[in-house]
Amino acid sequence: MNYNWNWGVLLDDPYLMWMYTGFGWTCLVAICAWVIAFTLGSIIGVMRTLDNGIARGIGTVYVEIFRNIPLLVQMFLWYFVFPELLPKDWGHFVKRGIPLPEFWTAVVCLGTYTAARVAEQVRSGIGAIRNDQRNAAIAIGLTSVQVYRYVLLPVGFRIIIPPLTSDFLGVFKNSSLGLTIGVLELTAQSRQITEYTFQGFEAFTVATVLYCLVTFTVMTLMQKIEGRTRIPGMLSLGAK
Amino acid sequence: MFKKLLLGMAAIAVAAGTTPAFAQNSPTLAKIKAAGTISMGHREASVPFSYMDKDGKPIGYSIDICMLFINEVKKELNIPDLKIKYVPVTSQTRIPLLANGTIDIECGSTTNNLTRAKQIDYLPVTFITGTKILLKKDSSIKGIEDMNGKTVGLSLGTTNEKAFKAAAAELKIDVKYVMVKDHPQGMLNLESGRTDAYSTDDVLLYGLASTSKDPASWKVVGKFLSYDPYGIMVPRNDSEFRLIGTRTIADLMRSGELEKIYDKWFNPGPTNINMPISSDLKKAFEIQALPH
Repeated sequence: MNYNWNWGVLLDDPYLMWMYTGFGWTCLVAICAWVIAFTLGSIIGVMRTLDNGIARGIGTVYVEIFRNIPLLVQMFLWYFVFPELLPKDWGHFVKRGIPLPEFWTAVVCLGTYTAARVAEQVRSGIGAIRNDQRNAAIAIGLTSVQVYRYVLLPVGFRIIIPPLTSDFLGVFKNSSLGLTIGVLELTAQSRQITEYTFQGFEAFTVATVLYCLVTFTVMTLMQKIEGRTRIPGMLSLGAK
Repeated sequence: MFKKLLLGMAAIAVAAGTTPAFAQNSPTLAKIKAAGTISMGHREASVPFSYMDKDGKPIGYSIDICMLFINEVKKELNIPDLKIKYVPVTSQTRIPLLANGTIDIECGSTTNNLTRAKQIDYLPVTFITGTKILLKKDSSIKGIEDMNGKTVGLSLGTTNEKAFKAAAAELKIDVKYVMVKDHPQGMLNLESGRTDAYSTDDVLLYGLASTSKDPASWKVVGKFLSYDPYGIMVPRNDSEFRLIGTRTIADLMRSGELEKIYDKWFNPGPTNINMPISSDLKKAFEIQALPH
C-alpha cells in the first residue's frame, strides 16, 4: 500500500474538535433514538401480547413495516418523502422550521426502526413467562394493567436484558447512517477529516476505537445490571 | 501484506520471462499485467465528466480520455484483450481506493490540489472550473454576499465545501449548511425547498440543471469562489505508469483531438450543457502539449 501515515494530524486544530463533536453527536443521536425505541417498543410489544385483537393487529402491522424496510431506505423516506406528504406549511416547517432538522429526522427514523426490534424482544420476554403466572395474577383479582405492571413486565424485562443490550448497541452503530442525510456524527467527521487531510486511515482507526470503547463499556455495564437485578430461581435465570 | 502480494505477482511475472523491463519499476503495470485487468474508478453523476448512461455504463469526457489512456496501456503491455473493471467511487472513497490499490485510475471530476498530491498523483490538467452557486431562477441572490441567513447545500468532502465556508467566513456572514453525500442529493434538497442554494463547481451545476426536470428554472450565479483544475488520478510513486498517461494526454492536446472530445461533451454535449471551450482551458491545452 502506497500511503503516508501521519497520526499527529488528528491532534491538530480543528480536527481534534471535529472528532470530539462527531462523537458527541453519535452519542446524542443514539441516546435520543433509544428513548423513543424503548418507550414505543415497550408499548407495541405489550400490545402484541394483549387479548384485544385490534391492539394485536396494530402491533403486528407496525413491527412488520418498520422491521422489513431497510434502515437506509427508511432514512431517505423520512428525510425526502415524509415532508412532501404533509400539508405545504407543515412540510416546510419540518424541512426548515425546526432547529437541526437532520438530527431530529435521524433520531425519529432510528427510534421508530429500533422500536420494532424492541417490541419483538418485549413480546418474546412476556411470552417466555409461563401462562400460570398470568392466570394466577388474574385469579387474585388484579386488573390487566396491574397484571402487566406487577407480574409480567418486571420479569419480562429482566429476561430480555441481553437482547436489549444488542439492540442498544445496534442503535449506537446504526447512528452512522445519519451521515447520509447530513448529520455530522463520528463517521461523517472521519470522512470530513479524510477529505481535508487525506489521512483517512488514521481518522477511521480512531473512530473504530471509539465505537468499540462505547460498545464494550455498555456491554460491561449491562452485564452488571443483569447480575444485580437477577431473581433467584426465576425462569431462565435459574439456570446459573 | 498487499505490498507483498504485489511483489509476489511481479516476481511471478518476471519469472515467466515475458515482462518488459518497465513492469519491474511500475507496481501498477505489473499488477495490471498479472491480473489481465485494469480497475477504473468512475463517478455516477458527475455530468458530463463521468456518469452512467441509460444502460448503466460509465460515459463522459473523463471516461473518453481514460479509454485512450487504457489503449496505450494495452499497447505498452501488449495485452490486446485487457479487461476493464468499472468501480463506482464517490468524492469520499476515490482517494482511499486509489491509495490502497482497489482502483488503478480514477476518471471523474477531481480537483488537482497539493494536499491530495501527498497521497496520489495527477495526470495533466484537462479541465478548469471553480465554485459557484445554483439557485431558483426567481431568487434575488446574486452571489455569496447575499447569502446571510440562507441555507446552502454542500457536498461533504469536496474542495467546494472548503472554498464556500472560507468565503463565508471571510465575509463574516452567517450561512446555514446542509451537508449532502452527492450531487443528486444536493439537487433534490434544492428542488424540495430544503435549501435555498447548492454550491459546487460551476460546470457540475450546469450539468445538474441541464439534467433536472425543468432545466429552465435554474440559474448559476456569483464569481468563482475557488480555482479548480481537474485531473485524472493515478497511484503515487509510479512514474512509469503516470508517464503513459502524460504522453497520451499531451498527444491528444498537440493533435487537437482533446478539443474535439471537449466539443463532443460540452458544445452543446449530450445533455445540452452548452459550454464552449474557455480561453483559459484552450491555453492550458497548448501549454501542456509537451513535444516528444
